[in-house]
Amino acid sequence: MLEIKNLHASINGKNILKGINLTVKPGEVHAIMGPNGSGKSTLAQVIAGRETYEVTEGEVLFNGKNILEMDPEERAREGVFVAFQYPVEIPGVSNTYFLKAGLNEIRKHRGLEPLDAVEFLALVRERLKVLHLTENLLNRSVNEGFSGGEKKRNEIFQMAVLEPTLSILDETDSGLDIDALRDVADGVNKLRKKDNATIVVTHYQRLLNYIVPDYVHVLQDGKIVKSGGRELALELEEKGYDWVKEQAA
Amino acid sequence: MTTETQSIETLATQEYKYGFITQIETETAPRGLNEDIIRLISFKKNEPKWLLEWRLKAYRYWLTMEEPKWHNVHYPKINYQDIIYYAAPKHKNKLNSLDDIDPEIRRTYEKLGIPLEEQMRIAGVAVDAVFDSVSVATTFKEKLKNLGIIFCSFSEAVQEYPELVKKYLGSVVPYTDNYFATLNSAVFTDGSFCYVPKGVRCPMELSTYFRINTADTGQFERTLIVAEEGSYVSYLEGCTAPIRDTNQLHAAVVELVAFDNAQIKYSTVQNWYPGDKEGKGGIYNFVTKRGKCAGVSSKISWTQVETGSAITWKYPSCILQGDNSIGEFYSVAVANNRQQADTGTKMVHIGKNTRSTIVSKGISAGFGNNSYRGLVQVHKKAENTRNFSQCDSLLIGDKCGAHTFPYIEVKNTSSTVEHEASTSKIGEDQIFYCKQRGLSTEDAVNMIVNGFCKEVFRELPMEFAVEAQKLLGISLEGSVG
Repeated sequence: MLEIKNLHASINGKNILKGINLTVKPGEVHAIMGPNGSGKSTLAQVIAGRETYEVTEGEVLFNGKNILEMDPEERAREGVFVAFQYPVEIPGVSNTYFLKAGLNEIRKHRGLEPLDAVEFLALVRERLKVLHLTENLLNRSVNEGFSGGEKKRNEIFQMAVLEPTLSILDETDSGLDIDALRDVADGVNKLRKKDNATIVVTHYQRLLNYIVPDYVHVLQDGKIVKSGGRELALELEEKGYDWVKEQAA
Repeated sequence: MTTETQSIETLATQEYKYGFITQIETETAPRGLNEDIIRLISFKKNEPKWLLEWRLKAYRYWLTMEEPKWHNVHYPKINYQDIIYYAAPKHKNKLNSLDDIDPEIRRTYEKLGIPLEEQMRIAGVAVDAVFDSVSVATTFKEKLKNLGIIFCSFSEAVQEYPELVKKYLGSVVPYTDNYFATLNSAVFTDGSFCYVPKGVRCPMELSTYFRINTADTGQFERTLIVAEEGSYVSYLEGCTAPIRDTNQLHAAVVELVAFDNAQIKYSTVQNWYPGDKEGKGGIYNFVTKRGKCAGVSSKISWTQVETGSAITWKYPSCILQGDNSIGEFYSVAVANNRQQADTGTKMVHIGKNTRSTIVSKGISAGFGNNSYRGLVQVHKKAENTRNFSQCDSLLIGDKCGAHTFPYIEVKNTSSTVEHEASTSKIGEDQIFYCKQRGLSTEDAVNMIVNGFCKEVFRELPMEFAVEAQKLLGISLEGSVG
């Protein structure tokens, strides 16, 4: 589904990603861990198509297509979703209106008829139920005045409605209390299917107690320095990132 | 980032959609202004003597006045002697139905996407269509007449209801008021008149579409709305104009009078030609709009969406004379490319317990310059009055400007006046967020801008709100950087 080959990217001339290789198959959950400044969030942003980053080398194939040549909205329509670390506020734009516009663009891209207001409402109600969210979320402006936890829940809600094939959760656990963390993880688990995949970018192994990954990769200084199974996360928790650094050295 | 800027800039270069000129014969006065021209206008319109005298008084006063310079707009000197002050489309017979309208005019409306019959049928809107200076069609008049509501062109009101016109003309905006209003008083050609009798609630939105057509014809519209005790009326005004190379002056006057417990809601969507990307051409819009809450507990609301014109100079105001009266002003003003907008409101609190609300949303893009200018004045005896003002500016790109000039004069200690202001920029983060959810840059900008304007749009009648949103989209296409 996703194939990242020798990806290099920089911002303002500073190299952040220095040759990432990663393959994600349908149904898999990959965790990307690493210390601050290792390039985790940059990787998520580059896959999403953030224009502030310059890709200097390498390629990113998504279902065989080189998405580096696509605009961010095209990537989204192809099925790439990023749950942001800091979701932005859009005052005056209702969540429902925003999501419906996005979903219908994605549907159009896939050759599907747009959903009308009634169909859309039925869909969002169903998804709200799955995620144990209340309807007041729908009429509020996008993230405006939301608490940190509400913003993250809203990201997962959007993911549930847009049904991406690849979801990248960028530090979704940061700033969440334990209940919110459980809710968010629970939502992600419910949305797991055999034909979609998830990349969980996180600093702590805490989230991985709830979203159990198939693979764990450790990112350091713009490179994946170690990969392994679920147990790698636990080992990291115990020994710290320095342990990987020493091993790699 | 650069790609985004470029795509936005491409969008912004879209041509004005409504620029076309209708070929119909017009009867036109010679260029220039003098007492004879005013006499000609008055004669052509078969006006009573008092009205001619009033026009002449205004003209003579105007000669002693100077064009205002306090505003934050710049334009070449206007040659008032180079303007044609009277033009009327020729038509052979009096019109009884829409079918009698010149097909050319009908086509013009259709190009604008506002076929009269559609409006009548779907929206139930009575339309008093002003084409150049003479009203061409007035619809739903019968239905309104049965309720005692008068809704007709200003010229017709002068003929049919001279006593009402005489009583209220200049009662809110005197002919000495300001340079442009005084000029209008001397040379106005037509406009709309509306009178709602005691206790009557007007069952439909009254609407007038203005359209400037004859080359270099200044439009001097005059609108007068009187709402008697306990009545209610909602009035819509919407405009577009064809592309012209020379600047066209527009100096309208709108007067509203609301008596005890009466309510007037006045909504405008203004989309006159703003000039090309370099600012060439485009309408100069110098308008005086004022409402008087003459009676107790009366209410006047102004809602405006100003996307067009090269220059917008406009301060719809409320004189809150009756105790407990309410004034409201909701505004969206867009200045894109080289457009300049200096707009705001005046809330004059005279009566006790009067309240006013001001919500102003200024959007600046390209090289546009947007100024909010507002005055909240509380007179000595205006006890327990309240005002709340909120002025928000949204910047798109880094070459535009937003300015806020709030003036507050309070002479009563029991009054509360609040003012809030904010300036924000459409963030790259916001646009990226929308794009990550599948939206194009254009849709993202539209959505963000419309969200910004929501508080104003929700004050508009439904079908007008939809139109306003579309218009905003067109006005800002390609403007994000």
